[in-house]
Amino acid sequence: MNISVFSSRNSKEIIRDPLSIAFGIGLPLILQIFVSALQNKIGVDIFKIEYFTSGIAVFSFSFVSLFSGMLISKDRTSSFLNKLFSSPLSAFEYILGYTFPMLFIAIIQSVCCFALSIALGMQFNANIIYAVIVLIPVSLLFIAIGILLGSLFNDKQVGGIFAGFAQVVALSSGMWFDLNLIGGVMKSICYALPFAHAVDLVKGVVIGNYSGLFIHFIWIAVYTVVIYILAVKVFKKNMKN
Amino acid sequence: MKAIETLNLSKAFKKRKAVDGLTLSIEKGEFFALLGQNGAGKTTTIKILCGLSKPTEGKAFVLGKDVSSDDSFKEKINVSPQETAVAPNLSVYENLKFIAEIYGNKRNAASEKAENMIKYFSLSERRNDKAKTLSGGMQRKLSIAMALITDPEVLFLDEPTLGLDVRARRELWEKIKTLKGKVTIILTTHYLEEAEALADRICIMNRGRISEIGTVQELKEKTGKDNFEDVFLMLTEQEDEL
Repeated sequence: MNISVFSSRNSKEIIRDPLSIAFGIGLPLILQIFVSALQNKIGVDIFKIEYFTSGIAVFSFSFVSLFSGMLISKDRTSSFLNKLFSSPLSAFEYILGYTFPMLFIAIIQSVCCFALSIALGMQFNANIIYAVIVLIPVSLLFIAIGILLGSLFNDKQVGGIFAGFAQVVALSSGMWFDLNLIGGVMKSICYALPFAHAVDLVKGVVIGNYSGLFIHFIWIAVYTVVIYILAVKVFKKNMKN
Repeated sequence: MKAIETLNLSKAFKKRKAVDGLTLSIEKGEFFALLGQNGAGKTTTIKILCGLSKPTEGKAFVLGKDVSSDDSFKEKINVSPQETAVAPNLSVYENLKFIAEIYGNKRNAASEKAENMIKYFSLSERRNDKAKTLSGGMQRKLSIAMALITDPEVLFLDEPTLGLDVRARRELWEKIKTLKGKVTIILTTHYLEEAEALADRICIMNRGRISEIGTVQELKEKTGKDNFEDVFLMLTEQEDEL
């Protein structure tokens, strides 16, 4: 009951800031249209609509990290969260209350992303539905990162960190270039982070090639669990300080 | 059972003791004021009593529950913090309903309570406006209404009239006055006349310690001063000289 009440409040706070939502959903779509036009001209493998859509779907979740981080940090700095900490809500209810509305936005982002791809010529099949489902655990990773950032930093800092974070996601995920081309240490660093695994996982599902996907899923799951545990710990510490 | 009891309560931030060996008890239904200069330890004390900060030493009990180990007391208290604490993109009505619901009220009951609070605090004209569009005074009123909507047994008001103009302050005093005897109220304020007019007992804190505690009359008698401002200055001066 408390989780749904708190989730509903958080949804309203986000939805009533339409500029952010339009930016978070709109910008990745504009990028997708731009790359699709580029692909029609130069024809590069990595920009094939099946591949690039997977990358853009994962990249769009960095805005979910921004939304969750900003919401929590604003709640903290405005004392609103302090007031709520004296209420019967538990840390678990707070975390889920912040997670659910973000999950809803992430699903909308994924659906918009694939709907646009279909409009741009991608063949609709069951794999697209599976990809949207697979993107749910991937979005949890980004939500956890947002909750952690929002619990650690104020809203101005979160905004600044997001600029760097979005770059890390874009460059290390392999959405813009094939990571095999750079190889070596850089490739290892990219695959030590979860974003390339996320793109490979979604890409594999979209094209229906399931071999080797489980290991990508494990990477994402481990990162998600670890970051959620950290976020809960920091959040709990905030509750007592 | 006392509403609040503290035993040698202390809170240290590194080497500085914000609260130092506080021992006091507050009866149910009492209107209790905590006074002191900036940094005297009032807000830290309130934060400990609300379960927002852990004491480094000593014990604090709210409605018989140890605040360090038993969170169940949180259902029966509420707080209006020093800074305005409202959800900015929610309307006045939604803010109130939201708080009522997270304290366990069903949707209809929460809605009814929200409407009652809107009437009681004369917020009807701004019912559907987002909280962030309200003036500072209106936001403060909403913040207190959000603290009262849960029918708390213990209500913490941390400088509730801070930054309000005279008229808004007087208006808020009248609202707070009507709660006397029904709810245990712990008030911190810098307005001495506010505490003098409203409180059953006053505790003057200085550097984290209790300087003196008693009714206004008792404090005047103890210090030999007729004016409460002189009482306050004397009790805090004495500590400053130490």
